[in-house]
Amino acid sequence: MSSAEKGAPVTDGFWQDTGRTGIKSWILSTDHKRIGLLYLYSVLGFFLVGVILGLLLRLELMAPGRTLVDAQTYNALFTVHGVVMIFLFIIPGIPASFGNLVMPIQIGARDVSFPRLNLLSWWLYAIGALIVLSALFTGGGAPDTGWTFYVPFSARTGTNVSLAVFGVFILGFSSILTGINFVTTIHRLRAEGMGWGRLPLFVWSLYATAWVQILATPIIAITLVMVIAERTLGIGLFDPGRGGDPIMFQHLFWIYSHPAVYIMILPAMGVISEIIPVFSRKPIFGYKMIAVSSVAIAAAGSLVWGHHMYTSGMSDTAVMVFSFLTFIVAIPSAIKVFNWVSTLYKGSISLEAPMLFALTFILLFSIGGLSGLILGAAATDIHVHDTHFVVGHFHYVMFGGTGFAFFAAAHYWLPKFYGRRYREKPALIGWALMFVGFNIVYFTMQVLGMQGMPRRYYDYLPEFAQLNLVSTVGSWILAAGLIIMVVNLWRGLLRGEPFLGNPWGGATLEWSIPTPPPTENFEEEPVVTHAPYDFKGAGIP
Amino acid sequence: MSHPEHKDNVGAKLGMWLFLFTELLLFGGLFILYSVYLARYPHEFAAAGRELDVTYGAANTVVLLTSSLFAAMAVTSVKRGEARATMALLSGTLACAGVFLVIKYVEWSAKINHGIYPGSAKLIAGAPGESVFFGLYYITTGLHGIHVVIGAAVLAWIGAKVKSGAVHAGDNITLENGTLYWHLVDLVWIFIFPLYYLIL
Repeated sequence: MSSAEKGAPVTDGFWQDTGRTGIKSWILSTDHKRIGLLYLYSVLGFFLVGVILGLLLRLELMAPGRTLVDAQTYNALFTVHGVVMIFLFIIPGIPASFGNLVMPIQIGARDVSFPRLNLLSWWLYAIGALIVLSALFTGGGAPDTGWTFYVPFSARTGTNVSLAVFGVFILGFSSILTGINFVTTIHRLRAEGMGWGRLPLFVWSLYATAWVQILATPIIAITLVMVIAERTLGIGLFDPGRGGDPIMFQHLFWIYSHPAVYIMILPAMGVISEIIPVFSRKPIFGYKMIAVSSVAIAAAGSLVWGHHMYTSGMSDTAVMVFSFLTFIVAIPSAIKVFNWVSTLYKGSISLEAPMLFALTFILLFSIGGLSGLILGAAATDIHVHDTHFVVGHFHYVMFGGTGFAFFAAAHYWLPKFYGRRYREKPALIGWALMFVGFNIVYFTMQVLGMQGMPRRYYDYLPEFAQLNLVSTVGSWILAAGLIIMVVNLWRGLLRGEPFLGNPWGGATLEWSIPTPPPTENFEEEPVVTHAPYDFKGAGIP
Repeated sequence: MSHPEHKDNVGAKLGMWLFLFTELLLFGGLFILYSVYLARYPHEFAAAGRELDVTYGAANTVVLLTSSLFAAMAVTSVKRGEARATMALLSGTLACAGVFLVIKYVEWSAKINHGIYPGSAKLIAGAPGESVFFGLYYITTGLHGIHVVIGAAVLAWIGAKVKSGAVHAGDNITLENGTLYWHLVDLVWIFIFPLYYLIL
């Protein structure tokens, strides 16, 4: 390697073509790739903030009694950890970063339908994030309600809930605009020959996600407006003393926030559907069923919000209906898992970093999904509701699922955009540490939950001490792996070996254009002649 | 960074309709609460509803429907290339928006003078169902009022574009989308009016 090739970041393609200079060429750019990278840096930054908060939580819980912080700080820590991870990392995570980077190229478009609106989305995201963060240091201090902002506590607490909630409201706006942009783009800007049956499955998953963003987010917006009105005007809509009903808050909150977990997981499933066939050298098994199951998850997932509320005082009929519907959602999720596994069968599997993360997704998501059924069944949920079992379940699907899919996408797609690649060996070491650490942290939590340790408690009984210690040690292993992965990616993408052509052998359109992609993506409008996983048709050996 | 402008009017309209769905759902959250609390407190809702003045509500309904008519006519006239008429019609819409807000102001002031506002002593002493009714009334009409202001601002901005020639017979999707938004504002009121003023 000559130093010229190895020393400096790649400056070709969209890295170069811009009328503006410096930071302006990023924060004022309407290029979907630049906006995608802006999102990527932002969400990754907040992810690391959330990780540090999570490590502090685990540190506090390492031993009974006070370990590190006082109880009020602990309440703020788990609230802010949740708010940052949910609203600043995982909801915009894959769709806004990798969706923006890859989706327009995958459908053969030059950009999204509304490039300026796309930039506005990022600005709203940045403003919302700043507002949320400023809530930590102003007013009555960091919110201590938990990320769910349940009334009546959120209406009464002296901490700065109003500002945090307003920030989340702005973030919702950003999410809606991205959803509108993606649905319109996928309808209007597909290249010639890119029929619905040839859409890459990542695009299908983003399409379903975008509909959920459009249809569910307004409900949380109005709910948050009511929380602010409750706090500032005392409007009384959730206050039993004035005829309101706190359960209605929970309904409205989960009407959004349950579909929101599909905003989080569907794009992750899309990433996995891209990576599995490429690294198995086989067309995806059951393309149609995977595509349809994305839409089915989005539709059925919008009807199951009540399973968060079995113990809240709903009628038994409602509990049974919601429980039934919850089991229905498991079907399309299982369809995806079976199809991925069938794709692997007799494939020529190469275990490179993206594939390792993708396979990890399948395993961890399956564990998380099955523990979700224990929670979805009303009878068992009563026992483990609000215990560490829920925390474990949620992290298995969100971190083990979406988080690992995010890492898979980073290892799969980022070299394409940077024109340089990370080193394989540290990537494998990072993956191994994270895989081991992850399971130690969260499987232990599930066991603790089964033994009856409640979630969100500052202190616990001595019999839980040993497993809590194990879980905390696991969090250090997880963090070590994470550091290795991030440093390896960072160094590799900036200074690593060149990444040219189509080394993974992908058949989707992004692999047919130069690396890094030119500003306009395609020199001339592409005509699509083969299916997204038709490796023979694409001429890939 | 210059992307070649490829105008996609169908796409622009699709995007606008999707946005209108989100607005409907935003108000939908309030209508859900309305239906739940109406089922729980039918008598209190009826009693509280009678305190609202149908005259104000009906006047505002007429005003908003007229404003929508002007907005629809503005779209027709811009397509005919009549910039002056378009601006006049948009001004008519804006005037109606102003009248609507004035009537709303008078109506709210009267209520507040009677001691009916969130957290007022009168509501706290009264039946819980009435307190919820007026809580919903204020937040729903308040949110709608904000939408009237936003819609009027959008139409004023588009009117300026008509004047500068940026929106004309050949390129009027901005005006069409702006009036779509205005019709939404109108439509939401068409649901608020009977629910709060008439059927109780």
